[in-house]
Amino acid sequence: MKTKTIYKPTSGLTERDLTYCPGCTHGIIHKLAGEVMAERNLIEEAIGVASVGCSVMSYEFFNCDMQQAAHGRAPAVATGIKRVKPEHTVFTYQGDGDLASIGLAEIVHAAHRGENITVIFVNNAIYGMTGGQMAPTTLIDQKTSTSPLGRKKEGAGEPLRMCELLATVPGATYLERVSVHDPKHIRKAKKALEKAFDVQTKKQGFSMIEFISTCPVNWGINPNDSLQWAVDNLIPYYPLGVYKDGTKDDQS
Amino acid sequence: MAKVLMKGNEAMALAAIKGGCDAFFGYPITPQNEVPEYLSYHMEKNDRIFVQAESEVAAINMVYGAAGSGARVLTSSSSPGIALKQEGISYLAGSELPAVIINVMRGGPGLGGIQPSQGDYNQITRGGGNGDYQLLAYAPETLQETVNIVKRSFSLADYYRNPVIIAVDGLIGQMMEPVDLDQKIEEKKSPAKDWAATGEAAKRGKRNKIVSLHLDPYQLEKHNLKLKAKYDEMKENEQQYELINMDHDPSIVFVAYGSMARIARSAIEALKKEGIEVGMIRPICVHPFPEKAFETLPKSVTTLLTLEMSLGQMLQDVQIVNQGRYTLDFFGRAGGVVPESEEIVEKVKTIMKGAAK
Repeated sequence: MKTKTIYKPTSGLTERDLTYCPGCTHGIIHKLAGEVMAERNLIEEAIGVASVGCSVMSYEFFNCDMQQAAHGRAPAVATGIKRVKPEHTVFTYQGDGDLASIGLAEIVHAAHRGENITVIFVNNAIYGMTGGQMAPTTLIDQKTSTSPLGRKKEGAGEPLRMCELLATVPGATYLERVSVHDPKHIRKAKKALEKAFDVQTKKQGFSMIEFISTCPVNWGINPNDSLQWAVDNLIPYYPLGVYKDGTKDDQS
Repeated sequence: MAKVLMKGNEAMALAAIKGGCDAFFGYPITPQNEVPEYLSYHMEKNDRIFVQAESEVAAINMVYGAAGSGARVLTSSSSPGIALKQEGISYLAGSELPAVIINVMRGGPGLGGIQPSQGDYNQITRGGGNGDYQLLAYAPETLQETVNIVKRSFSLADYYRNPVIIAVDGLIGQMMEPVDLDQKIEEKKSPAKDWAATGEAAKRGKRNKIVSLHLDPYQLEKHNLKLKAKYDEMKENEQQYELINMDHDPSIVFVAYGSMARIARSAIEALKKEGIEVGMIRPICVHPFPEKAFETLPKSVTTLLTLEMSLGQMLQDVQIVNQGRYTLDFFGRAGGVVPESEEIVEKVKTIMKGAAK
């Protein structure tokens, strides 16, 4: 019987077992990013920046040269890399505690300078690695280990929307928010990543794809219901879509 | 090249270019602003990288990124800015990345002041970053010595795969002095950077990872011991100091570095005219501390007088090295006050009066 390969793991990822909790969507997002970079022959020459949080070990998973950054500093580290290696693909992989809290200055200014890098931003509305504390992205009334009675607007503020915030920054080129809760959205998310890396390849500047993600363990919801919880609660507050596409201006 | 009259900060910037610096990342702070100002023009003219970062924190992390890619990288700042860079310095040391950091020291703590100070001695020799790491730390006295050290520091950083910090007080940063930027220096020979994450995993046939994370304590301890071996090598090979006026049987010997050593030289000359011979140990590399200097003092020495533009930080290193051999004394001014040589002369006379009793 002749065998036909209908599926194989992407060469964009290493063969290491992922360290993520069962049911979280980091695995899907890793796979998409690995696929996009492998299909575009970028993985051979890419330099990735791992952040601090659940994805701290991503330097073991992406099949390219990697550098591990301090908490929140990945966009600054990526800036240093890209400036001395402008012909190489440079990306960061960051969570919402890393990017939207401690690293807010670094992400805003990397976008502001129009750094020609791609940011993969995974937003699950909570600090996962440290055990489920409140993030700037945690929803109002959402319970976490540091907002046990639910996040209150008074004192903790309302959740930060990063795509919307960065859309006000003149230097940002491409910003899109996607979700990976079902196959249709996964396909759409891959297209967004393709666009983001193409923006970088064409030297059109800063691109960021925000992924709405899940954290079954710290949300206290099973993986399947977590996907539905994200659809019912996160997406309404964090609407999917393209928030900025500066490539249209560039083409004119 | 003939000597040129240059301001300290600008001379250091030019020395960095001549030392092969590929990229500079920094943030404005007084009294070091002429370093980034000079480089913002001249790095571009030399096809190199200059980025004004959004903060010192971002700047040192850009340094971390560029150094990880194998570039020769510089950042400069002043005391409170160096405090902000400590996180990144710890990561550089942990990931074994070469980088050069210039600190043009001002008075502290906190916002302190903007006048010259040596109050960062502990900061540069002990570091404020987390973990078991050490830096190579230099504290030069003249502009000529400063530019030579800046030029050489890139090869030292490469050789040890470790950050090098060069601390000058604001006086050296701000003053003008004739300086020869092409004086021959002996570069430390460093191996190729085959560890760098240059984005050539496919070509190399192996992924390079720049990482300071070691979750297994036994693995981390192994890494710590590897770093320690490097620090031991620095201690053996990089101690650098000058002995001054030791062949006239001094009973008192100053221990002073940077601008304080310059002032102390004037005091030595003034005392000499009065028939009083005083020697000086001038640490050039302040970490590793030049212990060897203390082994070679003439028999006539009874007292070590540590002089600092702080209230006694290097003094602790002198105490450690001294091990009860000599009587220790101290003179310091702080807060950005630069002492007159007469104050040091007075201090010597007071000590001599005490000894005569």
